[in-house]
Amino acid sequence: MSDERSVRLVVGLEVHVHMKTRTKLFCSCATSFGDPPNTHCCPVCLGMPGVLPVMNREAYRLGVMTAMALGCTINERTKWDRKHYYYPDLPKNYQISQYDRPLGEHGRLEIETPAGRKAVRILRVHLEEDAGKLNHAPGGEECSEVDLNRTGTPLLEIVSEPDITSVEEARAYCTSLRQLVTYLGVSEANMQMGHMRFEPNINLHVTEHGETFATPIVELKNLNSFRAVERSIAFEARRQLAEWDETHRTLKAAGKTTRGYNDDTGETFVQREKEEAHDYRYFPEPDLVVVAPEASWLEALRQGLPELPLAKKDRFVREFGLGEYDAGVLTATIEMARYFEAVAAASGAPKAAANWVTQGLAREMNERGVTAESEADFPVTASHLAELVRAVESGTINKQAGDKVLHAMIDTGRTAGAIIEAEGLAQTSDAGDLDRWIEEALAANPGPAADYRAGKKQALGRIMGHIMKASKGKANPRLVTERLEKKLSE
Amino acid sequence: MKGGSRAAPTADAPGGREDTGSPRLMSEWLDMTACQMKAAMAAGRTTSRELVAASLARIERLDGRIGAFLSTRDEQALAEAEAIDRRRAAGEPLGPLAGVPVAVKDNLCTADGLATTCASRMLENFRAPYNAHVVERIVAADGVIVGKCNLDEFAMGSSTENSAAGPTRNPWSLDCVPGGSSGGSAAAVAARMVPLALGSDTGGSIRQPASHCGIVGLKPTYGRVSRYGLVAFASSLDQIGPMARTAEDAALLLGVIAGHDARDATSVAEPPPDYAAAMDAVDVSRLRIGMPREYFGEGLDAEVDQLVREAIRTFAEAGAEMVEVDLPHAPYAVAAYYLVATAEASSNLARYDGVHYGRRASEHAGLVDMYSRSRAEGFGDEVKRRIMLGTYALSSGYYDAYYLKALKVRRLIKRDFDRALEQVDCLMGPICPTAAFRFGEKTEDPLQMYLSDIYTISANLATIPGLSVPCGRTSAGLPVGLQILGGVFSEGLLLGAARWLERARGGEGGDALGRPAILDEEGAA
Repeated sequence: MSDERSVRLVVGLEVHVHMKTRTKLFCSCATSFGDPPNTHCCPVCLGMPGVLPVMNREAYRLGVMTAMALGCTINERTKWDRKHYYYPDLPKNYQISQYDRPLGEHGRLEIETPAGRKAVRILRVHLEEDAGKLNHAPGGEECSEVDLNRTGTPLLEIVSEPDITSVEEARAYCTSLRQLVTYLGVSEANMQMGHMRFEPNINLHVTEHGETFATPIVELKNLNSFRAVERSIAFEARRQLAEWDETHRTLKAAGKTTRGYNDDTGETFVQREKEEAHDYRYFPEPDLVVVAPEASWLEALRQGLPELPLAKKDRFVREFGLGEYDAGVLTATIEMARYFEAVAAASGAPKAAANWVTQGLAREMNERGVTAESEADFPVTASHLAELVRAVESGTINKQAGDKVLHAMIDTGRTAGAIIEAEGLAQTSDAGDLDRWIEEALAANPGPAADYRAGKKQALGRIMGHIMKASKGKANPRLVTERLEKKLSE
Repeated sequence: MKGGSRAAPTADAPGGREDTGSPRLMSEWLDMTACQMKAAMAAGRTTSRELVAASLARIERLDGRIGAFLSTRDEQALAEAEAIDRRRAAGEPLGPLAGVPVAVKDNLCTADGLATTCASRMLENFRAPYNAHVVERIVAADGVIVGKCNLDEFAMGSSTENSAAGPTRNPWSLDCVPGGSSGGSAAAVAARMVPLALGSDTGGSIRQPASHCGIVGLKPTYGRVSRYGLVAFASSLDQIGPMARTAEDAALLLGVIAGHDARDATSVAEPPPDYAAAMDAVDVSRLRIGMPREYFGEGLDAEVDQLVREAIRTFAEAGAEMVEVDLPHAPYAVAAYYLVATAEASSNLARYDGVHYGRRASEHAGLVDMYSRSRAEGFGDEVKRRIMLGTYALSSGYYDAYYLKALKVRRLIKRDFDRALEQVDCLMGPICPTAAFRFGEKTEDPLQMYLSDIYTISANLATIPGLSVPCGRTSAGLPVGLQILGGVFSEGLLLGAARWLERARGGEGGDALGRPAILDEEGAA
């Protein structure tokens, strides 16, 4: 039976992104992380009697920008809705969210997978307020502590269609989305701070004897790392197949269940069966008005969108002749891309600039455990690195000396020019010096010289090596080669 | 729930004044309207302290029988009055309510140490850390808030019988309800404890008690007054408005509280007009008045019908043109209203769960039990009934048939008014099918109680302003109000027409009705 069977993994992802706004979604409390509990709350986010929400326009702008970058159709009239459920971290016992008129709908996110590029369709993008946090049983007592600092902070929810068919695609989708929101400046997307939360919906399409069955959908709640996304989906795929073999229960029969994920064991566990599913009693939020931005405002926002990651990568390949891999490294973060373009422009040598950034500099940063998330993360400024690139490209110093200079630049903060000067690393192009080193080398290597004259061109290397050693690397290799070849053919 | 330690007011103060035109008894100061009080203070004939002391003294003497107030702020109010008197003496500029005693409904948040209870056990000890926008405005206008008034719990009711603190009685007949839900505010003004009070109107809660108590009550256009700090009942219908004995006083208070507030997204940006000028601009002889056929049909008490028609005839005799108009969807207003209002209420009241503030059941077995016990203890029957109705209307599978359909009816009702108001300047009719009823008469039959809102709730559904102005008393001596409805932002027109009627009836506001007998009993005491 298993011989005739094919199994297809089907995953859709709901991703919550914490937005980088100064204040909360409906009040002027600061958005914060790690501050003492209940220090960033006011009557509005505490849901006290008589208070009213007022929409944070910046959160709306960032949300619409994201929906645009995802190619969504932007709703001309967006509205807010109340979603009801009782929980102590939700002071109003309803969450202000968006139900039937989200910011945007029907978009796509292009991802890169080992098998090539793929577009994952986006169902919708909407804004909502976050809930607070509960600290259960502090000190083992029979109570829970409620921290409402996070209550009301803006969350962007991005829901994909079930277009993801492998663990690798799921990861690529999550990392691409993270890359996108950081490019847009919508979120810091700091995974340690929980800025992104993932909720995959997973099932299998099992085809047996020419008939396809869908297994019950499982929604996994609150995953907060790429690794958790990968491992939990892989686990679910195995578990659902085993369950199918045992029960043959279909989606139609069993519906959808909610499961949690234990990162220690890598396993998922039942949280809520279908019969316990909530009735959220959505209805339009009467305290807020419909948001209908002017067409000119939307157009200006669209014009102001930055170049998106894959477009940038393609341009780097096209314009600078970079390889796919290097272009990928240089567009991994917008800061890296900006840095590279600054070095490329200032040095006038984009390809060499790419090599210096991806190899010399990136290696140094890797060794120091730094990722390029902001300008300050780069150990040397773009203009300083460009000076080094120029020095190597113009033949002032050779590549090996350049590596040394870069090290010294990072260690001391001095410019390439100052280091070359102080260390006497500049190459010599002086004909007298070069000829003297050539004479010495020929005298010391009569055999190779004779071999060369007899036609063994590779014998030149031995002589060159002697010259470079004698000159302590300062001899300009291009000029030495020219002069040496001329001398030997006299 | 009453303020425990009221200071002994200086009741013996200014007897036997020499100067003519001044009241002989301190309590007689309270026969003046707010505008008259302002003039008297400006002329140096009285002080804010004297007025506030008179107000507190009358509350002290009469409120045991009426029950208009849930709390008073005696020392604070007197201190504020004295401060205003000092500023006046120093020639400093003063606000438009300078020194006038004002009462506010107890669903408006006050940060001055008084509880904001909404007449509910749920919030009996709740002290808001913020002032409602309207409270800020009154304070900024140098009004003196003397206390907070009784209401139906969370403003849900038409008789003030649903108050956890006990009912308020109608000053015209202590056996009758004052109407509701702003029954405390209406009774306080009618009993001349204060010249001005704030109410809130979700389906008639300002206009109906104003009618039953023989005073002027105005529900402004939705969005005209910020709802910030008004404890929500039904957010898309709630609106705060003035209650006073005359249209001029109502206009004075409206001018203070109207205007944009960035904290209420539904508050309108358009600045309010000068209401005094807008009232002056009303020319009754050129007015086209619509009489909705649906408002004079079956169920309307014959005496009320007669008093309302007489009032409208007064306008016609002055040259106003009378036009019969149709509001074809009026019969569906009560049904639509009780779906929209209860749905929103079920959501707005979800926050009272015993977790963060308000009543928490002392004994419970876990979180869900704590929720249900706290709510079972904290809410009265009518509030529970409406939460359950609203929860049902929003539930999956019923939403389209109830809530969504009610929204469609709401749009049709609004369209009815738009069409009618294309033909006429304003509409006139009754406020309520009957005058004030006796206690307990409708408490056993909620549907009868709901139907008594039949003429008022459409204005809330249509977001238009509506006003009640006294137009006479029944044979039993109970006041009856005339309702005037207009298009959005037509408050000036409504107030101007009301003032014209007051003058045509030979006295402003309650004066044409005479005085509630309880005031004379007080004088004799």
